[in-house]
Amino acid sequence: MREKRLLRKIFYHLLVMLFGFIMIYPVLWMISGSFKDNSEILRGTLSLIPKAFKTTNYHTGWKGFGGTTFFTFFKNSLLVTTIATFGTVLSSSLVSYSFSRIRFKGRNLWFTFMLATMMLPGQVIMIPQYLIYYRLGLVPGYVPLVLPYFCGQAFFIYQMMQFMQGIPRELDEAAKIDGCSKYGIYSRIILPLLKPAIVTTIIIQFYWKWDDYMGPLLYLSRPQSYTASIAIKLFADSASVTDYGAMFAMSTLSLVPVFLIFLFFNKYLVEGIGTSGLKG
Amino acid sequence: MVDTKRTASTRLSMFFNNDNVVGHVFAAPFIFGFICFSFIPICMSLYYAFTDYSLGSKVAVFVGAKNFLMLFEDEVFIKSIKKTLQYVFFAVPLKLSFALLVAFVLTRKSRMVTFYRSLYYVPSLVGGSVAVALVWKQLFARKGLFNSVLMNMGFEKINWFGSEALAIYPLILMAVWQFGSSMIIFAAGLKEIPSTYYEAAQIDGANGFQSFFRITLPCLSPIILYNLVMQTISSFMTFTQAFVITAGGPNNATMLYALNVYNQAFKYNRMGYACAMSWVMLVVMSLITLVIFRTSKFWVFSESES
Repeated sequence: MREKRLLRKIFYHLLVMLFGFIMIYPVLWMISGSFKDNSEILRGTLSLIPKAFKTTNYHTGWKGFGGTTFFTFFKNSLLVTTIATFGTVLSSSLVSYSFSRIRFKGRNLWFTFMLATMMLPGQVIMIPQYLIYYRLGLVPGYVPLVLPYFCGQAFFIYQMMQFMQGIPRELDEAAKIDGCSKYGIYSRIILPLLKPAIVTTIIIQFYWKWDDYMGPLLYLSRPQSYTASIAIKLFADSASVTDYGAMFAMSTLSLVPVFLIFLFFNKYLVEGIGTSGLKG
Repeated sequence: MVDTKRTASTRLSMFFNNDNVVGHVFAAPFIFGFICFSFIPICMSLYYAFTDYSLGSKVAVFVGAKNFLMLFEDEVFIKSIKKTLQYVFFAVPLKLSFALLVAFVLTRKSRMVTFYRSLYYVPSLVGGSVAVALVWKQLFARKGLFNSVLMNMGFEKINWFGSEALAIYPLILMAVWQFGSSMIIFAAGLKEIPSTYYEAAQIDGANGFQSFFRITLPCLSPIILYNLVMQTISSFMTFTQAFVITAGGPNNATMLYALNVYNQAFKYNRMGYACAMSWVMLVVMSLITLVIFRTSKFWVFSESES
């Protein structure tokens, strides 16, 4: 009986691991491809181990396009992502505090609008938003890529509100008795206690913005201002033959921060998705 | 003099500490953003949908319902609707069933489970990126990895992106592959189901399948509804994958709706027409979401009712 159970257990773990390996195979294949030469990639081999382990792809890929190296592209990505993420945390925490802790006229109305924007497909407002920025002379430029993030992101507002419900209201009351204003309650009590929700927000927003393709595609036109996601696509767009090795090399590099964050903050991410839900 | 100054400042501080004011101060970013980046654009979009407008033209010429009437004669539009519906109807149920299955398998109490969940989450982690879309394109290329596997197994190789009937399937498969987020949400829901339910069922002689269909599924139904709605919406908006992997081809067989809207607006500079298209999309999506919610009372089980 015990042997049978042990066998079942081993079988279970083997099956789950094998299947997990198949799931991440494309990613592993890309990483190994970044060390293979083009002819080896194009032959479509299953092998994850390169015949000759070469780092030349990283050298050629890093050179980028028309004199702009991937240093610039990654720097641009990091800039846009950092500013947008900072804006999201700041604005979403402010807005969620007002919705969950303060009774004011119009709260229900704005809250309903917020839920509505969560369901609103981005494509409906994409074109007029572009036209507005265009008229304001902000296209091409970074402003359209970061400005909306300073106005609160519905998904994160909702998530922070749920988290705030777990912060006891007695703390607010106590602070109020001690002479703290609503502004003080936000900055001295709610914000410090909100830390786990903020970490989750930073991670998820970082991922979304780092991967974002459509925004930079619409709003950036000079190669020097491109983000990494746009630049990687350029490998496939070039008129001559696609340099798959270099493309995979830069793709791998672009995923390094994603994996690092996942490795260190896995717990926050899983909890964040589990409690509030996450699209994608 | 000093007195009036003090009253002025106390009045000011009283004003700023009034709940109505505090609320609006904190909600100001959202209110500003909602008006500027959602409300005004929606109104503009509705207006432009009835005009002939392109970037650079001075005035938007009002043309009535012409854009909408043109849509129904536009072959690419009709094809893109069909293909998008095909994409959503295949990708969403497959993704959710897969997510539920994996979440269910990974409910065992074992130290490895956390590791496994992370492993299965990796595709979702990287799947939205251009990098992985480009890899996918190469995987399904004529001499790609997928065909090598097929040939090793003794099948003919398939020209995935050359065939109108088949080109959509690599995209669907890619969507299903990214089941991680739904899986984690399901896993969180599974943890909430009291183990006493299962114990009671076991005493009554229920087998594994019965307790899955009689306990797990009903208890999870609110979460299934949530995932269904969210995944349907995001599937309708799929853009990057179609843009990067197939660019809509061959012969518009993978012209997903969002890609079509993008092309009309920014490739052909037909802003008015594209706005009309995005409004049709909004209406179709709202209808489908509404249908899901309406039918949900027949299959979503809520604790309060029984």
